[in-house]
Amino acid sequence: MINIYEVVETNEMIEKENLDVRTITLGISLLDCISSDLDTLNKNIHDKIYDAAKDLVKTGEQISREFGVPIVNKRISVTPIALVGGAACKTKEDFASIAKTLDTVAKEVGVNFIGGYSALVSKGMTAADRLLIESIPLALSTTDLVCSSINVGSTKTGINMDAVRLMGTIVKETAKATKENDSLGCAKLVIFCNAPDDNPFMAGAFHGVTEADKIINVGVSGPGVVKTALEKVRGESFEVLCETIKKTAFKVTRVGQLVAREASERLGVPFGIIDLSLAPTPAIGDSVADILHEIGVEHAGAPGTTAALALLNDQVKKGGVMASSYVGGLSGAFIPVSEDQGMINAVEAGALTLEKLEAMTCVCSVGLDMIAIPGDTKDTTIAGIIADEMAIGMINQKTTAVRLIPVIGKGVGETVEFGGLLGYAPIMPVNQFSCDNFVNRAGRIPAPVHSFKN
Amino acid sequence: MNKTIITVVGKDTVGIIARVCTYLADSKINILDISQTIVSGYFNMMMIVDMAGTSKEFNTVADDLEALGKEIGVVIKCQKEEIFDSMHRL
Repeated sequence: MINIYEVVETNEMIEKENLDVRTITLGISLLDCISSDLDTLNKNIHDKIYDAAKDLVKTGEQISREFGVPIVNKRISVTPIALVGGAACKTKEDFASIAKTLDTVAKEVGVNFIGGYSALVSKGMTAADRLLIESIPLALSTTDLVCSSINVGSTKTGINMDAVRLMGTIVKETAKATKENDSLGCAKLVIFCNAPDDNPFMAGAFHGVTEADKIINVGVSGPGVVKTALEKVRGESFEVLCETIKKTAFKVTRVGQLVAREASERLGVPFGIIDLSLAPTPAIGDSVADILHEIGVEHAGAPGTTAALALLNDQVKKGGVMASSYVGGLSGAFIPVSEDQGMINAVEAGALTLEKLEAMTCVCSVGLDMIAIPGDTKDTTIAGIIADEMAIGMINQKTTAVRLIPVIGKGVGETVEFGGLLGYAPIMPVNQFSCDNFVNRAGRIPAPVHSFKN
Repeated sequence: MNKTIITVVGKDTVGIIARVCTYLADSKINILDISQTIVSGYFNMMMIVDMAGTSKEFNTVADDLEALGKEIGVVIKCQKEEIFDSMHRL
């Protein structure tokens, strides 16, 4: 039988160390909503999402109540809209009307975000893909809860540089379209290489075409829990360090597994995956950078940081796969800047640069995330940064992503405030040398030799 | 069996267990195990109870006990047993 010390340990994790289930994300396929008539399409989308998700928030809150664990977000991901809207949408405004529908229904059912305003263009773009991408600045500036993601490369297909170049411009246009809110639109836009079909985390969640009609994916978090556990093994060997991270990741993931199973049963929707990610928040003590500090580097960004992060990421996965048979999504350690007080401190102390963050993305679970850069950064420079990050993903057969915020009207040394879970960020300097001649070449970068496995 | 864990955390005072047990008895909730300890100077009590016999909803019991806790000056939480089982048992 459970003893009092175990009960106290669990409750301290929840109350003092910010253990939470970060999100229950309901994936919904919209393929059966397709119509060549725009009004019918919008109605079909609205009705299907409303019907599927009307009990999501209530169910999440009840599970949270019964087990005493916070479930911070309830979200929806849908089939990439470029596929759904292709037959009906002839203009950018047509696509943006779907974004409006998604925003409306998300507010009606009470979720925090809805993801899937997306296109998968890792090899080429259809006319609909291009139109959707071009509609992103309008869509993100006229909605509140819609998130957009574009997959521009993969290990199997190489990198679609035409899409990368276009995204450099789109990121900048989205920043301009939302400049009254410190270019907040860009916080809802992610560019991926090797995007997973079952990621529950925003802004990159979409419901892949390989998925069932509906699916429950759960994202767990707990940087604070790992940090507290590591405080007890200061100065111990790497073996002890790794064991401690694994055990903690196991416990955290089991909570996610329980919540996922309950949500799946109560909503009558099959369970997909658990994404066990150390996802920081601006709350003090809920920081991945603090874990790196506890492992032994003075600030995130100091020499040794990449190795410490590699170790952390791997142990998190090893603990998690023992706890759930269906671990998926992104799973690992996230290193967003604005959402992590320790990262912000590291930037302000001069320890962490964009280049070091890029190196860290080789071994963490995602990429350059929530980084504010000067608003006058050139489109081609943004495209160059995207291309670099996509290349890391392509060659290392991992997911990488870019979520940059060029803050219009602000420069290095200034700070931008996004609010809530998105936090605030000091604007980081960007390498000023040009990559125009590289980015302006047409076509795609071929798939790497190690992708030919057939 | 419908096991729930009730935890009471706060400053030790006369009659905490009596008050909680009276409520549980009135609600036809059977106590399976009680243990207590002091953690960081605070009184910690845990009860494992079986809610199969009660006609009250989980939310009602949780709300009632929370209110009772406020009255006594302690924090009382109800959580289903599965969260602890999931975390601490293979």
